[in-house]
Amino acid sequence: MSQDVGHAVQGATEESQLYGVLAEFEDVNSLMSAARKVRDAGYKNWDCYTPFPVHGLDKAMGVQSTRLPWVVLCGGLTGCLTGLLLVWWTNAISPDGVGYALRGYDFQISGKPKFSLPANIPPIFELTILFSAFGAFFGMLAMNLLPKFYNPVHKCKRFNRVTQDRFFIGVEADDDNFDLLETTKLLNDAGASAIEELEE
Amino acid sequence: MDAHIERAPLVIGSNDFTTVTDKICRINEQKPSFSWWIALLISGALLSMLGLLIGYLFLTGPGIWGNNQPVAWGFPITNFVFWVGIGHAGTLISAILYLFRQDWRTGINRFAEAMTIFAVICALVWPGIHIGRPWLPYWMFPYPNQMGMFPNFRSPLLWDVFAVGTYFTVSLLFWYMGMIPDLATLRDRSKTRIRKMVYGIFSIGWTGSNRHWHRYERAYLLLAALATPLVLSVHSVVSFDFAVAQLPGWHTTIFPPYFVAGAVFGGFAMVLCLAIPARVIIPGLSEIMTNRHMENMGKVMLATGCIVGYAYSTEFFIAYYSNNPYEGFTFENRMFGPYAWAFWTMTTCNVFLPQLLWFKKIRQNMGTLLMIAIVVNIGMWFERYVIIVTSLSRDAMPSAWHTFTATWVDICMLIGSFGLFFTLFFLFIRFLPVVAIAEVKAVMPQAHAHGHEDEEASTAQESQ
Repeated sequence: MSQDVGHAVQGATEESQLYGVLAEFEDVNSLMSAARKVRDAGYKNWDCYTPFPVHGLDKAMGVQSTRLPWVVLCGGLTGCLTGLLLVWWTNAISPDGVGYALRGYDFQISGKPKFSLPANIPPIFELTILFSAFGAFFGMLAMNLLPKFYNPVHKCKRFNRVTQDRFFIGVEADDDNFDLLETTKLLNDAGASAIEELEE
Repeated sequence: MDAHIERAPLVIGSNDFTTVTDKICRINEQKPSFSWWIALLISGALLSMLGLLIGYLFLTGPGIWGNNQPVAWGFPITNFVFWVGIGHAGTLISAILYLFRQDWRTGINRFAEAMTIFAVICALVWPGIHIGRPWLPYWMFPYPNQMGMFPNFRSPLLWDVFAVGTYFTVSLLFWYMGMIPDLATLRDRSKTRIRKMVYGIFSIGWTGSNRHWHRYERAYLLLAALATPLVLSVHSVVSFDFAVAQLPGWHTTIFPPYFVAGAVFGGFAMVLCLAIPARVIIPGLSEIMTNRHMENMGKVMLATGCIVGYAYSTEFFIAYYSNNPYEGFTFENRMFGPYAWAFWTMTTCNVFLPQLLWFKKIRQNMGTLLMIAIVVNIGMWFERYVIIVTSLSRDAMPSAWHTFTATWVDICMLIGSFGLFFTLFFLFIRFLPVVAIAEVKAVMPQAHAHGHEDEEASTAQESQ
């Protein structure tokens, strides 16, 4: 804990470490212009918190497009391949030397070919969709580092309104550019209606 | 676009972010009303009846149903197709309308998605208990076993397992993911420790971080894009159960699109059956689920109803035009045979009465709209009944004919499945956010920043 920070944190005990500052904004416009200022000041470890996805905020923050679609593509290809192998292995072949329970069951049914793509497309298609959806959902959670049940921002009482009707910008203390007084001043000048310091 | 044409607002009344949040969360936060308890009690009683009858079925066997050769499918499969179909409207509203950027969907999508989940649960009951040996449903899945056997992947019945299973899983993910931000809203408003804990666990630490929103929105878009072909495939696969068979009246190529249109038609009717009473019971809801939403759903019902009517007439035309005597007989038998009453109920409910929706006065009157929605639900149940029972009871060989008669168990189980549906639904409106709060806020005028001073090329600093 650096010395110039220690005196500024109100009510902080000696052991606690500064997590960052949290600034509250009343509406979308003030949040948006403040986000641009924080971005232009060169901060890296900071974030906007909003009750709903705000159109244009990604650009105002300088957030790059996510790689999630690639995760979904990988999921889809895995599903497609799994489906194809599943129907082929279980219905089209029955190789010797494979355990009885795992060996495929090649059974002749109504004179149909043992393996033909048209008859097998529905399960393959469904598994493609299923694995892609897993990729989208679990990929999103993993990239967002969720679930996360402890987060210092929840210590701020005002922050309870972030999921209702208030907007916040949080700048973390471990950012290279972070300086308590300067960062606070920047957020204050940007139109914050309240600023709080948070402990780790 | 002409600047003078003003679009109707999506949220009416003088609402801002605070009042919208309050109005929706209040449903979960205040003590349940007396009418909610009564409704839960009635639906719970019907659910118990279903449970007891399933117990009776397991102890006695399928002989307590009217099912017998050749009508081995009877009520259970009729109910299965009916309930699966209901679910489709929810996915249509949440995924397809999302892809088409129909912002009006935000008021009703949560509601409709919940209906999808509950309808699919109701549907899954039927194949589960209809298999004859209900202690062996896991035989439907391809798992390595001591018999050295695997299911037949060339059978539409197995495609169904995969289609409906995937549909349920993806719908559940979509529904839950959409709810995470709203569960966080409920968590942050919680006054008691237990509420804070439960909503806290299910909202998995959501903070509304914009970096999270960014990936979240992309995941939502991708799930919508995946759910769209999925929903079209599900009822197509269900229709293959019939269309792939060689039975006159079933063996037609029109079935997949006809079933999907019918599913959306019946599903929208069910959304209306739930939404119109909910707007009366829950104060403030009609400002978010507005009359315009209800009217739009009426229009979708009219359009899909016309497609269904067209499909009926195509079926009849092809039966005549093909010169196939068996096909011709089946359709004549539908109109004038022992099940003519079911056929004409279906036609009246699905084709004739929905035509009233051409009139704006009828679409805008919630009473008449609800009446038509109920009628359509009845009609859509009869559609599946007519397809299954008339075709099976009189196929190509008269010596095998047999008339199906439903027993009291059939009828009580059908009623009981409504108990399951409504019990889940009433629990949902009590404990979970019934409107997608975050999405509704995002389409309100206050959600958009004025001007775009930041049109310069973004100095993208970091990678996600």
